[in-house]
Amino acid sequence: MNMLAWPQNPSVYLLIAALLLAIGVFGLLRRQTLVGMLISGELIFGAAMLNMMAVNRFFVEDPATGQVFVLFIMGLSAAEVAIALSIVIAVYRNYRSIQTRELSEMKG
Amino acid sequence: MNTFPGLDYLIPLVFLLFAGATVGGALIAVFTRWIIRSVCGLAMASVGLAGMFYFLNSPFLAMIHILIYIGAVCITIVFAIMLAEPDEPGFAAGSHSLPWTLGAAVVAGGLFLGLTHISLTGDWQTPAVRTSDGSVERIGIALVTTQSLALEIIALVLLVSILGALAVARKGRHME
Repeated sequence: MNMLAWPQNPSVYLLIAALLLAIGVFGLLRRQTLVGMLISGELIFGAAMLNMMAVNRFFVEDPATGQVFVLFIMGLSAAEVAIALSIVIAVYRNYRSIQTRELSEMKG
Repeated sequence: MNTFPGLDYLIPLVFLLFAGATVGGALIAVFTRWIIRSVCGLAMASVGLAGMFYFLNSPFLAMIHILIYIGAVCITIVFAIMLAEPDEPGFAAGSHSLPWTLGAAVVAGGLFLGLTHISLTGDWQTPAVRTSDGSVERIGIALVTTQSLALEIIALVLLVSILGALAVARKGRHME
């Protein structure tokens, strides 16, 4: 495969996005703290964005649509980070720990 | 003809640099035991992703990505790290067993292989004609015309998430 043509090859971007998604899912399963799981979730968001941009660049008639979608994904991930981190702070106040192993009881 | 030897390799080299930053940063973010290094890995992956966006004809999104991910998301996570103590427990202190890690690796590997198969064998159709150039001007016009409903909904989501974050964090404070 010609390395000089890699930046113009959609498969390269799709493969990197798939790799990023796999790494994110692996981290989500393996991490034992809430912040670590949140970071892995951000990697999964990044994979979704890269996939969307690659398809938008090579296979879509109107390239503005995918960019608008990626903007919305960024907004959603920012909102997710705000909510998740406030939950992390609240959990740490109650349990003095944010390891998922110790968060095994609920109380309304 | 180029007057400078090796100039043809400059663009693929920069591309490989960004791709390596993306994948390497993601690996650092997942595999290190210290969460602060994990955040640094996320920042590195974000720089790589921004470079990818630049190669995908969207310098605007590259800028926005650095602005939001490194300027907002990573900094917010660093604040949370300062307020809590989120380091992973040591491998001796009852960490996940090897079968669990292997299971996670199998799930992630299967996902990667399946997506790779779909990506490489899919019947992707390149459109014959582009209806716009995807410039910032076109994005702005699309935001307030065809995508205006989605814009309103994302504004509502952001408002609700800000209020929810404030409510959750404040409630924990009251109970103390």
